[in-house]
Amino acid sequence: MTLLPFVQWLAGTPGSTALHESTYAYPLVESAHVLTLCVFLGLAVMWDLRLLGMTLTNVPMSQLKERLGPWMTGGFIVMVITGAMLFYAIPVRSYQSIWFRMKAVALVLAGLNAVVFHRTIDRRIEEWDKDPVPPRAARLAGVRSLVLWTIIVVAGRMIAYNWFDCDKQPQSALVNTLAGCVVDVHGAP
Amino acid sequence: MNLLPYFQWVSETPVGQAITRSSWLFAVIESVHLLALAVIGGAVLVLDLRLLGLGLRDQPIERVARDAHPWLVGSLIVMIVSGVLLFSSEPIKCYYSTPFWVKMSSLALAMIFAFTVRKNVALAGEGRVRPVWLKVVAIVSLTLWLGVGAGGRWIGFSA
Repeated sequence: MTLLPFVQWLAGTPGSTALHESTYAYPLVESAHVLTLCVFLGLAVMWDLRLLGMTLTNVPMSQLKERLGPWMTGGFIVMVITGAMLFYAIPVRSYQSIWFRMKAVALVLAGLNAVVFHRTIDRRIEEWDKDPVPPRAARLAGVRSLVLWTIIVVAGRMIAYNWFDCDKQPQSALVNTLAGCVVDVHGAP
Repeated sequence: MNLLPYFQWVSETPVGQAITRSSWLFAVIESVHLLALAVIGGAVLVLDLRLLGLGLRDQPIERVARDAHPWLVGSLIVMIVSGVLLFSSEPIKCYYSTPFWVKMSSLALAMIFAFTVRKNVALAGEGRVRPVWLKVVAIVSLTLWLGVGAGGRWIGFSA
């Protein structure tokens, strides 16, 4: 399955071109995306560190969820909207970026990790709510989250670099496969 | 005072030269800088929200401040070390960049404010500071750090 025709169509829409060529809109959207990192991921890091028993140990986990959750949700919504706009501005190159693909996979895994956390150890939160150091399953969820978000941030930053871009051939067959580059038998783009 | 000769000197240091020559070192250091940004964001926000009467409002301000402090200091150290390395690879560009000077001015003010007024107010103890002043401190803090972040992001946009 390839979404290439779809992203090519997306790139041809007037909004995509306008955003791509704008002097201020694109940098402003990107700044909002990066700075909201402080709100969403900053608080997610505090949440994960609490799960690891490394900060705010006197705050019951249920209270931390209730008080910081809405701020994280708000930050996350802004990140998703601005992120979608950044993709919309440069659809084909983003789609064919191994960094973007790595980020997308890590995002899905981070989402799964959150779902598993909520459906398992979080269900029994009253048993460990006030523990300064939560049980192993909760700590593991915290570690997995920190690792995945590190990958998401680093891969996201790397999208800006063109080392593995499809129009920079020859690339190794592995890069071309992972990035979904369309190349002829001679490796020309 | 003309700082250009010092910036010139930095650009000629082996570290600066190595980062400039490498195709990937800048990107890697930048990623570390960005990860520390998230931590600093969380550490600053958790206390400023509390000062505003939001976020962890059932907790004593002093406890939130004490818990957040080591993460603020730790992430700030990572930020400064990685930031100096990034700077060393393009000091001349920074010298002529308005966002760079906005960022450095905001950073100096944000750090002074964080380790003097904000720290003292947060550790003053319950009821010693009027709520309106707690809110003012939080807003000043958030504004200064926003200046640091926005200025920093904009260095990359200025050619």
